[in-house]
Amino acid sequence: MSDNSVSRRDILRTLALGAVGGSVLQVIPAKAAEYAHQVVHKEKAASPSGKYAPKYFSPRQYETLTTLCDTIIPKDDKSGGAVEAGAPEFIDLLTSENEEYQLRLGGGLMWLDSFCSVRYSNPFLDCTPAQRKEVLDLIAFRKNAKQDLTLSQGVVFFAFLRRMTCDGFYTSKIGIADLQYIGNTSLREFPGCPPLPEA
Amino acid sequence: MSQVIRSPKMYDVCVIGSGAGGGTAAKILTEGGLSVALLEAGPPVNPEKDFKMFAWPYEFPHRGAGVGGHASENFGEFLAPNGAWDIDGEPYTSAPGANFQWFRSRIVGGRTNHWGRIALRFAPIDFKSGTRDGLGDDWPITYDDLAPYYDKVESYIGVFGTRENVSSAPDGVFLPPPKPRCTDLIVKKACDKLNITCIPSRLAILTRSLNGRLPCHYCGQCGRGCVTASNFSSSQVMIPPAMKTGKLTMITGAMAREVLLGKDGKAEGVSYIDKATRTEKRVNARAVVLAASACESARLLLNSKSSQFPDGLANSSGVVGRYLTDSVGSDGWGIIPQLEKMPPHNHDGVGGMHMYIPWWKFDRKNDFPRGYHIEFGGGRGMPGVGMFNHLLRDEEGYGASLKQRARESYGTGIGLAGRGEMIPNPDTYCEIDPDVVDKWGIPVLRFHFQWSDYELRQAKDMQETFRAIIEAAGGEYKTKTSIQGQYPFGIEAGGKIIHEVGTARMGADPKSSVLNGYCQSHDVKNVFVMDGAPLVTNPDKNPTLTIMALAWRASDYLLDEAKKGNL
Repeated sequence: MSDNSVSRRDILRTLALGAVGGSVLQVIPAKAAEYAHQVVHKEKAASPSGKYAPKYFSPRQYETLTTLCDTIIPKDDKSGGAVEAGAPEFIDLLTSENEEYQLRLGGGLMWLDSFCSVRYSNPFLDCTPAQRKEVLDLIAFRKNAKQDLTLSQGVVFFAFLRRMTCDGFYTSKIGIADLQYIGNTSLREFPGCPPLPEA
Repeated sequence: MSQVIRSPKMYDVCVIGSGAGGGTAAKILTEGGLSVALLEAGPPVNPEKDFKMFAWPYEFPHRGAGVGGHASENFGEFLAPNGAWDIDGEPYTSAPGANFQWFRSRIVGGRTNHWGRIALRFAPIDFKSGTRDGLGDDWPITYDDLAPYYDKVESYIGVFGTRENVSSAPDGVFLPPPKPRCTDLIVKKACDKLNITCIPSRLAILTRSLNGRLPCHYCGQCGRGCVTASNFSSSQVMIPPAMKTGKLTMITGAMAREVLLGKDGKAEGVSYIDKATRTEKRVNARAVVLAASACESARLLLNSKSSQFPDGLANSSGVVGRYLTDSVGSDGWGIIPQLEKMPPHNHDGVGGMHMYIPWWKFDRKNDFPRGYHIEFGGGRGMPGVGMFNHLLRDEEGYGASLKQRARESYGTGIGLAGRGEMIPNPDTYCEIDPDVVDKWGIPVLRFHFQWSDYELRQAKDMQETFRAIIEAAGGEYKTKTSIQGQYPFGIEAGGKIIHEVGTARMGADPKSSVLNGYCQSHDVKNVFVMDGAPLVTNPDKNPTLTIMALAWRASDYLLDEAKKGNL
């Protein structure tokens, strides 16, 4: 039972207290609170705690994926990184259900290893930190593919992985807190906009 | 299907579909004392179970993207059920060269469970636009005919707004609007500079308690469905009072196949597929109301063939399926640097826009007919899947700098969406596909769809206006469109705005229309259509409020006729 599902249940309970007689509703939120809570809880239970067993990627690929996620959004002095936020699990789960992702990400990881093998005689994970940085600096920018067409597939792969990693990170508790989002709660009145800073 | 199970019970009315139109009909007819059988192709909705209010994305393994990421194509995993562009086993087709997208919702309440709640009245001029500019036809009814019913609908469902006296956007019966968000203040200021009208929006969301429904709690998630019914849905606001009368029989999982015609030339019931048992069943009724959604109702009429109506029931005019339109849609967005300096604050508000731009250029000559309104939003909403897709087109690299850029840019975008009037054209219609049936054995629709220059010029004007607003707000307009390609000026594919209407239009002349001004078939007096199909034009106002007002008015008429014994 996570803290947040409890707070969700509490919000719904609070709303239930305000429910009025003569409502056109068939269901008032008292029952809803328990039910909604259970839905989330059931979903959570479906994802086992502890070490995640990848559904699609091989253990070695999953390690590469994890390393890449960590590089794309690392931990810094304000918050944790994409790995702590569960981005690799999220990406693996979606990829296991989507053939297009399997091509783009599964194929992309294979491309990365073969690119590194040609260039450094080692797959990505066995490259030195300097070599890894060198290859990522090549495929992380579209303009590089314009100068060197052989980088094009790598650039496309990395752009897609960057998007997925951001999705994984910014839908996590850590990522949402990092953006300082405030909301998803019940208010009696909407307060409106605080004083706007000068343009 | 070999076995047809006959139910001996005779209902006063069989209503097909439980959305905006069907729900309204069910309420008015049962409260008027008639017995109603309501057929719904989907399951019942359980708000407490089905609506994911207050859930965080990380409470779900797919984080809102849905299985395989596919929910992102259908407005996300958290959307109220069961809307989708594609339904397993229930296909539709597009004619070569046409691309029409058809969003359907198989569940009690239909699309009202997750609609945008934008509740705009059509204007007096919208009922006479044919006379005004010579394009298309006038309505057989006027604004004054419908105005009392707009009043009734707004008073009952609850719509917030303000009295503004803008001729293209008539005032209604309004609850007070919510306070503006920061993004509203910025757009409003830019609009003032440009002499563009920008006013509080009109949404079917309660800012005060109404009929026992709680006011909005400002979580910003109306699209997920609301457990407290603080926004309008047919399932929570129309169906319960109908149930309370004891006169409503709800039949879910019932896919209507055909309206049955009796020897006397009147409809005598509806045959439907009971999805659970895959058997064909029948409801007997003294009158039939089709409210299955504009295209689904057209499909039903076209599939209801008889010797008297070889081209489909109530279709002696040949007009069923014709005059199909959707709203013209084109979107854009920009970055507003001023928003980077905003301190974190709760920006959620209601689940929709707090302000909008009604059509403001009605008093001048434009290079396209009719008009459009602009919806806008942005700012510090709840983070979700795809939120940074736009940013990542510009921001590259990785690591600490990317993370910092995301932090800075969060909440700085403003998106604008133009929604305009399409003129019906002869190349846009739906018909029965001669080769394809769905899994229930029912022939499916084939769509033909073409935008004309009128709509393209409107989309171009939208893009120019979006840019002007963003730039007047000190921002950078990011959307790039051109006349080239499949979507000139960003115009969406037909159907994408989900305002498809007109496929059984009303009119004074039975030769060129399907229904009279009371949504009653010219050909078969006990057949009514009460969804988007009767609409003669598709003005730049989202159709739902008008669908409900027309359905309410038609239901009052039906009650009257029933009392007189005319059905």
